[in-house]
Formats: sequence, C-alpha cells, structure tokens
Amino acid sequence: MGDRGKDDAMKHRKTNLEAVTDKPESQDPMARPATTSHKEARLGREVQARIGQQLRAMYNDFVNQGVPPHLSDLVRRLSDQDQD
Amino acid sequence: MKLDPAIRDQVLATVPSLRAFAISLCGNIDRADDLVQETLLRALAHIDSFEPGTNMPAWLFTILRNLFRSEYRKRRREVEDADGRSAETLKSHPEQTGRVEFEEFRTALAKLPADQREALILVGASGFSYDDAAAICGCAVGTIKSRVNRARTRLADLLAIDSVDDFGPDRATRAVLAGGGRS
Repeated sequence: MGDRGKDDAMKHRKTNLEAVTDKPESQDPMARPATTSHKEARLGREVQARIGQQLRAMYNDFVNQGVPPHLSDLVRRLSDQDQD
Repeated sequence: MKLDPAIRDQVLATVPSLRAFAISLCGNIDRADDLVQETLLRALAHIDSFEPGTNMPAWLFTILRNLFRSEYRKRRREVEDADGRSAETLKSHPEQTGRVEFEEFRTALAKLPADQREALILVGASGFSYDDAAAICGCAVGTIKSRVNRARTRLADLLAIDSVDDFGPDRATRAVLAGGGRS
C-alpha cells in the first residue's frame, strides 16, 4: 500500500513531468516557424540597415552640397514682395 | 502684406532637404534645381494654402513630388516617342551628382520603379513618418509600407547584398575552392 502510494506518487510526478516537458515540445511545431521568421526578420534587418546607411549617406551628401544661391535668393525675393 | 519671416525661414530651412529629394528622384542636379525652383515658385504663389503650424517640409515635398511625377510622365512620353531612350533621363552622372562612392547605389536606385523609389527616399532618408509619406504620395499608409519593403528587397538584389545565411555557405565554398586550388 505504501509502495502503491509511492508508485502513484511517482506516476503522478512523472505525469506532471511529462506534462511539463511535453509543453514546449507540443509548442515546437508552432514555435519553429515563429523562430524562423524571427531569424529571417533579423537577417532582413541587417540587409535593410546597410541599404538604409547607404541611402542616408547619399542623401546627406546631397544635403551637404548646400543650396545654390539663386534658389535661396528666389525665396527671399518672393517673400519680400507684397502678397495678394 | 509681406510674407511672415517665420514662414519664409521654414521654407529656407527645408530647401537643402527638398533639393536632396529632387536629386535622389531625378539623378541629375540641373533637373533637380529646376524642379526645386518650380516648387518654390508654386509654393510661394500659393502660400495662403499652407496652414501655419502644420508640416512645412511635407507641404513642400508634396508639391515637388507632384511636379516631378507630371514632368516625368511627360518626359517619358517625349523621350520614348523620340528615340526610346527613356533610361537616359534617369541615368546618374557621378560628376553631376557627387562622389563616385555612391555611384553603384544611385544606379541601383534609378532602376527602381518611381513609386518605390520615392517611398524609400521619403521614409529612409528624408525622415518622414509612414503617415507623412503616404500624405505626400497621396496613397494609403499600407501602400507606402509595401513600396518601401519592395524597394529594399529589389535594392538588396541589385546591390547583391548577401544575407548572413548566404554568406556562410559562400565563404565555405570559397574556402573549398581555395583549398582545391592549392592541392
């Protein structure tokens, strides 16, 4: 009776253990695509980061070229005119 | 009544970025400066339609973008009718647009469809939110997001930027080939 109780307890514990170890396994098929897409997203971000860097470097190069005087003069001249 | 100096300063402050947007779109500085000039003329002629306190850069970029689109459509028709060399208008010239180190990137950028190129520049370089970019291009936010994603994917292909997944096997293959060469 004592043994049976022990067996029951072990069986019970084992069941609990199985339930615990089963849980991540049963989630695995669902977890795997999520992990893969996360990995792909991470790799995608690295590529996107490099494209972003090049794009901003090019753009900032244009910004830093400065504005031709005739364009800023145009704004000042038109701003000083009487508006309708 | 003269223009509020605060508004004028907002316009002036936007010009460098507006011009960078124009160069990025047309890949030619002379055309870009014409586009900026036309934009500023229109903007200041219709400054009453700008609501003070709202986004001045977004307002100016919208005008420039619409001018570019109508000019682009017109030009493409003309050039294609003339000699079919429409790519010529988008071809970038290093001596005109800046340093040679961006040549490869600019060439790839010029190969993108116009709607993808403008979306990518607005969000990725000009620093506009997806909402602002959508307002500038007159389309839905979701459309801007998908255009930006397609632009990035296409650029990655054109520039042959390998993902880390591709890099590993490639490096292993090169190592094997190098080893085979030695033996």
